[in-house]
Amino acid sequence: MSDRPDFQPSTLVIHSNRSYESQSNSILFPIHQTATYIHESVGVTKGYGYSRGANPTVNALEQAIAAVEGTEHALCFRSGMSAITTLCLALLKAGDHVVLSSVIYGGTTRLFLQVLVNFGVEYTYADTADLAATEAAIKPNTRLIFIETPANPTMKLSDIRAMAGLAHSHENILLAVDNTFLTPLLQPCLSLGADISMLSTTKYIDGHNATIGGSLATHDEEITERLRFVRKIIGSIQAPFDAWLTLQGIKTLPARLAMHCDHAGQIARWLEAHPRVAKVYYPGLDSFPQKALAEKQQKAFGGMLAFELDATTEQSLRFMEALKLCTCAESLGSVETLITNPATASHCDLPLEQRKSLGISDRLIRLSVGLEAPKDLIADFEHAFAVIFGSHA
Amino acid sequence: MKFATRLVHYDPSPDDPFRPMATPIYQTATFEQEHADSFGQYDYSRSGNPTRRVLEDQVAALENGTCAFAFASGMAAVTAATSVLKAGDEILADWDVYGGTTRLFGKILPRRGIGVRYADLSDLASLHAAMTPATRMVFAESPSNPLLRVIDLRAIAAIAHERGLLFAVDNSTMSPYLQNPLDLGADLVIHSATKFLCGHSDVTGGLVVVKDQALADEIYFLQNAEGTALGPMDCFLLLRGLKTLKLRMDAQQQSAGLIARFLEEHASVDTVYYPGLASHAGFAVHARQARGAGSVLSFNAGSAEEAKRIAETTKLFKIAVSFGSVHSTISIPLKMSHASTPLELQASRKIPEDLVRLSIGIEDTDELIADLAAAMEK
Repeated sequence: MSDRPDFQPSTLVIHSNRSYESQSNSILFPIHQTATYIHESVGVTKGYGYSRGANPTVNALEQAIAAVEGTEHALCFRSGMSAITTLCLALLKAGDHVVLSSVIYGGTTRLFLQVLVNFGVEYTYADTADLAATEAAIKPNTRLIFIETPANPTMKLSDIRAMAGLAHSHENILLAVDNTFLTPLLQPCLSLGADISMLSTTKYIDGHNATIGGSLATHDEEITERLRFVRKIIGSIQAPFDAWLTLQGIKTLPARLAMHCDHAGQIARWLEAHPRVAKVYYPGLDSFPQKALAEKQQKAFGGMLAFELDATTEQSLRFMEALKLCTCAESLGSVETLITNPATASHCDLPLEQRKSLGISDRLIRLSVGLEAPKDLIADFEHAFAVIFGSHA
Repeated sequence: MKFATRLVHYDPSPDDPFRPMATPIYQTATFEQEHADSFGQYDYSRSGNPTRRVLEDQVAALENGTCAFAFASGMAAVTAATSVLKAGDEILADWDVYGGTTRLFGKILPRRGIGVRYADLSDLASLHAAMTPATRMVFAESPSNPLLRVIDLRAIAAIAHERGLLFAVDNSTMSPYLQNPLDLGADLVIHSATKFLCGHSDVTGGLVVVKDQALADEIYFLQNAEGTALGPMDCFLLLRGLKTLKLRMDAQQQSAGLIARFLEEHASVDTVYYPGLASHAGFAVHARQARGAGSVLSFNAGSAEEAKRIAETTKLFKIAVSFGSVHSTISIPLKMSHASTPLELQASRKIPEDLVRLSIGIEDTDELIADLAAAMEK
């Protein structure tokens, strides 16, 4: 699509992956559910030799993701975690050091603490919302700053431009951003200076809870080739069928995101006004301490929020169970509204003390606002409040 | 129960209310929780998925293991199996392993601080000589790819266990139908499921099977943490392919035996590498530890040019990497599946440049032989 640079994102996600060379005139890209390819002669292929290395359907998804990332280079993986695993194996070696956002998805923490540490990769947590604190965490062997913004689950923001400035003021330090909560459409982190944008495509990119997947995007061709090489070696490439489903999901990404943001804003304001709600964490609220930063680097406030009830942990959990439309389940970014208790789900691997110091209380509730009518979601909350606190809650 | 029965007699849809004969495709990322602070059997498909579970349980049963784990590729399976090692550990591997494996061992594991040494594991003295105090895992294929060398798995397992080492066997050339390395003492069995288990070239996948629960817990942890588990659709396709494993392999192996003999008698062929031939150096060991010779074989064509010419002249044998499928394929390992072998290893690996590897499919045997005979006419 480099010959059509002026299209809007909502056009690109639909047309960037069309197969204009297709002989069949199929509107949808085919599912190349194949492991291997027939060679024309020994060593001569049509660009595809073995699907662990590359696959046309996976490549079509990669083109669509590259289009929304605003780059030429994106690669897809079996999961968000396998994207991060591949990134680390490609860029880091034993003895290297990583600075990690202290508030970050629990699965990322687990990978660094319990897997990569065995391979000799060191890490330090830093409050990446604080430039000086992050700078203080940098060591001579630091090779990567890995941040998540908004951070899962407290919505804490890190300034991507400032982090990029810090990384690039050193030789050999790259900045990678887990952009899963917003996607590049709401936060173009490569334009903001990140070297690598990482997505769990399971979330907003697919949007329908149909697949597990991940992606990495970069402007750097050398990094792309290194990632591609490591992906082929360790076999972490996305599967053709899951890529095809994601390819259908991404077509409605701009439309869905607009609705997710609208609904989340309505729910956040409604919750904040509720007498039984102690605190709401949503970058679009005036009460959010980093609202100015959100306005600076985000195009919208997103579909994720967290809140605490003015209640005990036990009451908070019962409140979650009393909800009918909001489903208790891990994951986020789908058409269904999903609700979780991070302390027992996404962040259960974190030690209690660490959770507390990061503001992840046992009663914290994370909400991924879906596409149901906000009126119905609010009625669902009202019902749950009534169940737990009585009808005059 | 005999193997043919075990291939189809298992619960295809545990806990499914409709009791379908074919395993449902649970194409979902997440699962509703039973309670706000606890999970049911499944919570997130990276961590566990009902379709994947049926596949994993079935392969564990066929390999006489206790737990199996399905991955996005055979190499993802090898990556997970070797991720139980820590910086400072070493792998002792047979020198004739798949090119992608040597690439992992050469390009990734050293960056993790894991060393790899190669030895001729068909020679126990060479195995002993190559061991160091850092050795933690012994890694082999038998028959190996592409030279079909036979490794005495029982003997290696005994030596490995004497020293407290893990023994990992890539069983892709045999499948659980023909060989069960866990029964011979291996600790980890690895499959590229892309090969015989799938059989139709439509899935890229891998499996790790173990017996020991502590090892199973470690592999499970890595499967979840590194996130390379196989997707539900691919699990479904593998389950479907797996049901005909015996039918396919019986047909493929019968043809392979006849083709091996045809090649052995062919005037222009110097050596045929097939463990089903009495002339094969590993014939006796293989007969002791496996129940058939499989359908992958190699031969020397005389020159690199002749190898290329034969590959490009056959009509029924398609030039493609991979093996074990219903389609017959022909490849030049040095230029294809093993081109990924790091250069510094290629010289010591002794893979002849005129080596042609065949994977025999389920086409008519006479037509396959006629196709080869015509291509080999000069």
